[in-house]
Amino acid sequence: MTLNRRIEKHPILEFPRRKPVVFTFEGKKIRAYEGESIAAALYASGLKIFTWSYKRNRPRGWFCGVGKCSSCLMTVNGIPNVRTCIVPVRDGLNVQRQKQGLGTLPSSFNENLEVEKLDVELAVIGGGPAGLSAAITAKRLGCSTVVIDENFKAGGQLIKQTHKFFGSRENYAGVRGIEIANMLLKDLKELGGSWLLSSTVVADYIEGEKHVLLVPSVVEPKVRVIRAEKIIVSTGARENMLIFPNNDLPGVYGAGGVQTLMNVFGIKPGERALVVGAGNVGLIVAYQLIQAGTSVEAIVEAMPRIGGYFVHAAKVRRLGVPIYLRHSIKRAIGKEFVEAAEIVQLDENWNPIQGTERKIEVDMIVLAVGLTPASEIPAQAGCKLAYIPELGGQVAIHDQDLRTTISGMYVAGDSSGIEEATTAMLEGKIAGADAALSLGYKPDEAKRIKDKAKRNISEFRRSPFGEKPRKGKERIWRMMEAIQ
Amino acid sequence: MEDDGGDPMKEAGILSTEEVKKVTPPIDRAEKGPVAVIECLEEIPCDACGWACPSGAIIKQGITIPPKIDYEKCTGCGQCVLICPGLAIFLIELVGEKARVTIPYELLPEPQVGQEVTALDRKGSPVAKAKVLKVLKSKDKTMAVTIEIPRKLFMEVRGMRL
Repeated sequence: MTLNRRIEKHPILEFPRRKPVVFTFEGKKIRAYEGESIAAALYASGLKIFTWSYKRNRPRGWFCGVGKCSSCLMTVNGIPNVRTCIVPVRDGLNVQRQKQGLGTLPSSFNENLEVEKLDVELAVIGGGPAGLSAAITAKRLGCSTVVIDENFKAGGQLIKQTHKFFGSRENYAGVRGIEIANMLLKDLKELGGSWLLSSTVVADYIEGEKHVLLVPSVVEPKVRVIRAEKIIVSTGARENMLIFPNNDLPGVYGAGGVQTLMNVFGIKPGERALVVGAGNVGLIVAYQLIQAGTSVEAIVEAMPRIGGYFVHAAKVRRLGVPIYLRHSIKRAIGKEFVEAAEIVQLDENWNPIQGTERKIEVDMIVLAVGLTPASEIPAQAGCKLAYIPELGGQVAIHDQDLRTTISGMYVAGDSSGIEEATTAMLEGKIAGADAALSLGYKPDEAKRIKDKAKRNISEFRRSPFGEKPRKGKERIWRMMEAIQ
Repeated sequence: MEDDGGDPMKEAGILSTEEVKKVTPPIDRAEKGPVAVIECLEEIPCDACGWACPSGAIIKQGITIPPKIDYEKCTGCGQCVLICPGLAIFLIELVGEKARVTIPYELLPEPQVGQEVTALDRKGSPVAKAKVLKVLKSKDKTMAVTIEIPRKLFMEVRGMRL
C-alpha cells in the first residue's frame, strides 16, 4: 500500500498537513497526518476493504465517514468494533481488520473507567448547523451550554460544503459552507460555549425535571454523565441506501461520505464516478468531485426531472457531465470493489426497460438518494415519533418552537425532518431561544429572536423547493396540537 | 436521450431556446460594454446578487422571486458573477466580430491571461477556440474569467476547458 490518494492542490480548499503520524495496520507502518481519521488515512494509503460481512463474508469499505454506518469497524489497540472513521490517527496505534466483521473482546480490560459528572442548563447533541446556531443563541441569552458531538471535528456537514450557500444576506448567502462553519465556531468560542468532541450520547434518561445523558468518549476510557435542564437533539441524518445487486461493494459510497473524504481530509475518493440521484446533494457532490480531480461519467436520476436547483444542474452540465433522467443503476460490477456500473432506463412505472442497459467504467458509485432523520435519541427516551414521508422518515413529533412530547427536549435541523442547512440554522435559533426563554433568560430578546427566525423560515419554505418540508412540518405541528 | 419530453429547463439542466431569449440583454447594450446575463429562473430562496450589486441594477422583489436586471444601470463590474452561489451569472460584451464572455470558474489549473482555451456550450460540448482576456479572482477563490469568442456564440458559450 504505497499509494497516496491525498489531494495536493484544490481550487477552493487547502489541506495543511503539518505533523506526520505513524501507526501500524496489520503489521505494516502507515504514514498519516495529524487530523486524519484512521479510516481516511487507510483509504489514502490505498486500502479499499475495511471489513467483511458477518454471514457471507462479503467485503465492505468506506461508506458514510461520519460514524453512522458499520462499514469501517476495526480493532484498535485491542478494542473491537471501533468506528475508525471518527477516531483520529495518533502515533503508535495498532489497527487490525476483523475476520467476518466480528471482533474479539480483550481478555482483560481497563477497569479504571473514568466517570465525570457535569451539570449544564442546555446540552446540545450534534454540532452541525442546527446545533451550533442553537448553542450560540442560547449562550448569547445567558444560558450555560455544552455542545456534544461524536466527531473529532466540529461543524457537522457544513465543514464539507465547498459551495456557496443560497439564502439571505443575514443567513450567509454567497458564503461557502466551510466558511459558515468557521464563523459559527468562532462565535461560539468567543461566547465561551463549551464543547465535548469525540463523545457519543448513547442514552437520555429523565430524572424528575432533568435529562441525564450518558456520554462515553470515542477515544478514551471515559464516560460523562451530563445532567441538563434542556436538551436539543440536532443529530442530523443518515444517508439512504439503494437496493441493487452488489450495493455493498467497496466503492459504493454515500454522498456525504465522499464529501468527508475529499473536502475534510483532502483525499481523492476515486478516478471515475457515477452519481446516483440528481437532487441538490447529487448535483453538488458531482461538482465537488470534479473540483477534487475525479471524472464524473454520469448522473442518473429515476425521476423524469432534476430534483435539485436548475443552476446546480447547469454547473455540471457545462462541464460535460450527462444527466440521464428516468435512469437508475441496475447493478454494481466488481469482485472486491467497484469496477463498473450498469445503468438502465426506466419506464413510466419505474420498471427497467430491457435492452437499455449500459455499462459505465467507474471505480466508484456515489449514492445521493436522500437522507433519513437520526431520531435514535428521541426514540430511546420515549418521545412520540411519527413517520412523515415529506420529512424523510421517523421524526419526533414537535411544535413550531421545536418542542417534542418530552418536557425539556427539543429537536432541530435534519433530525427534525430533512431540509437544508439554512433552515437548520434557523431551527437551531428557534430551539435555542425557546430553551433560554423557558429558563427565564432575557424574555423580550429571546422572543424577538424566535419570532424573527420563524418569519425567515416561513419565507424560505415559501419557495417551491420548500413545499415538501413545509407540508411535512405542518403535518407534524398538527399532530403535536392534537396531543396537547 | 437525457433531453426527452417535459420542461426542458428542469430536465436537462440546460435553458430552452425560449429561456435563452428571455435572459438575452439588448444587443445595443451589449455593444456598449460588458453587461450581466442572469440565468437564474427558478424560485430559489436567495438574494446574494441583489445586495452584491454596487449599482442597484439587480432587483430582488422578494427572496424567492428570481432576480430582474436593469441593463442600463448595470456597469458590468462582475461582482454578481463572483458571488452567485449558483454560478449562474455571466457577463457578455459584443466587440465587432467578437464577443467577450465572462464565466465563473472554480477549477484548477487557473486560467492565465493570453492562454488559448476551448469554449464550451451549456452541454459542455466544445464549440470554439477562445483566448483568455482577463481573470478576476474573489477572496473566496471563485474566478471570473473573460474569454474572447466569435460573436455569434455569445449566448451559447458558458464554459471552458483548459
